[in-house]
Amino acid sequence: MKALKIFEEAYEKEVIEKNFSRREALTKGLGLGLKTALAAVPFGLLDALGNKAQAAPSNPDIIKILNYALTLEYLEDTFYKTGLSTNGLIAATDTTIFMQISKHETAHVALLKTTITALGGTPVAEPTFDFTGGGQFPDVFTSYQRFMGLSVAFEDLGVRAYKGQAVNLLGAKDVLAAALNIHSVEARHASEVRRLRGSKGWITIAEADGLPGFIYDGEENTVQLGIDVTSITSVDINAVTQAFDEPLAMPPVLTIVGPFIKQ
Amino acid sequence: MKEQKLHDYLQETLHRPIQRKRFLRFTALASGSFMLGLTACRKEGHPGSGVIDVGSADIGILNFAYALEQIEAAFYTKVAASWYKNAPLSEMQVLFDIMHHEVAHRDFLKKALGSNAIGDLQFDFTTVDFTSRDSVLKTAKALEDTGVSAYNGAGPFLQSADYLKIAGKIVSVEARHAAAIRDILNPKSADFAGDDTVDPATGLDLARTPNSTTYGQSIVATANSFLLTKISATQLP
Repeated sequence: MKALKIFEEAYEKEVIEKNFSRREALTKGLGLGLKTALAAVPFGLLDALGNKAQAAPSNPDIIKILNYALTLEYLEDTFYKTGLSTNGLIAATDTTIFMQISKHETAHVALLKTTITALGGTPVAEPTFDFTGGGQFPDVFTSYQRFMGLSVAFEDLGVRAYKGQAVNLLGAKDVLAAALNIHSVEARHASEVRRLRGSKGWITIAEADGLPGFIYDGEENTVQLGIDVTSITSVDINAVTQAFDEPLAMPPVLTIVGPFIKQ
Repeated sequence: MKEQKLHDYLQETLHRPIQRKRFLRFTALASGSFMLGLTACRKEGHPGSGVIDVGSADIGILNFAYALEQIEAAFYTKVAASWYKNAPLSEMQVLFDIMHHEVAHRDFLKKALGSNAIGDLQFDFTTVDFTSRDSVLKTAKALEDTGVSAYNGAGPFLQSADYLKIAGKIVSVEARHAAAIRDILNPKSADFAGDDTVDPATGLDLARTPNSTTYGQSIVATANSFLLTKISATQLP
């Protein structure tokens, strides 16, 4: 865990700061005021965001979130492309499923890049990935079971990651809409591969089904809007936890994907 | 108007590479549907006509979700009360789980809405043949896809961060259901996230506001096809 923590810090520093906030750093360093910094933002956007009564996320904050999402989508996209191009890995009967998932991840990468650029940002470059997770999963592209396991891990994590950012996009209606519409697709993927792997399509308590347990930390929650749902419904605690997927914030998500990113 | 500017800007840049038809559909979905909502507002909403209006703003959206969850919970409860012919255990298990989730969603939303909650609805499932696997599963598919697109469509209109969180927690479970039902209907195919619901060019799932007719019948109309007590969402898009 210590290694992960160090990685996370290095990752945050090098990837996020370098790529996500370069313009902020530049403007600060050069002593430019807010007005100059905002001059780089497209007029219509500035106009709209600047006059929201509700605290809408700033343009750099939106871009930071989208670059984070893009990093996760790169991971998935390259994972499936590698899996599909590895002869004999994916069962012939399941190829259609993984081709469909792969198609969506490629589309998500393109959509996020386009959106980031449209917002005046720079899409992060694709990192180099190590799908063995630093040697933890050496058989990722030789064992179909392992490949499916990591697929479930990435999809369930993707669902949690997008869910974790939805609130941070409140007030940026169009970007929020796009994020929600990607989010439910990741959930469709997760359900499909979970079932292919012999699990239920939904998450019970925080059961990891042989995957690294920390991916599911917090999924055991039964309290929603301050209401313990188990106390107001006839269904049991297992079903209650299945019925609500839980979000995950950016730092724990980056800690989990850290070992898969070689920088 | 300011918001419209941002919207136009994003639509223009975001969807440039997408084929025109899809672009028009998306644009109509996002902005045109709001106009339809306003039109519907004038046509419907006769107080005292027995139609239950879900209300406005966040409470309206949550009540609309509550209405859909009531329908889903009632549907699966009926399915599990008399299984279709030769229902295999694997399918019964999935439908049983889903029933529990929808009951949990329904009970939770009722509690969360408190005195703002619409009443208990009465259902009309005469269009469903509960002895037929095909009829049950196709209805389940329609309800789950409707649920996903409804939460996706209404989510961005929510003002409260807490309610947005809740919508996010529920919609992904509805999407898990939709994928499972679609896979049971057409195993090992691409249907679990088929091109009919996920745009292959953008990888975006469908989003529909309550009154939008961009993709055919509105969600309100679909809901009403299963209801004796009709609902309306005249103050929602």
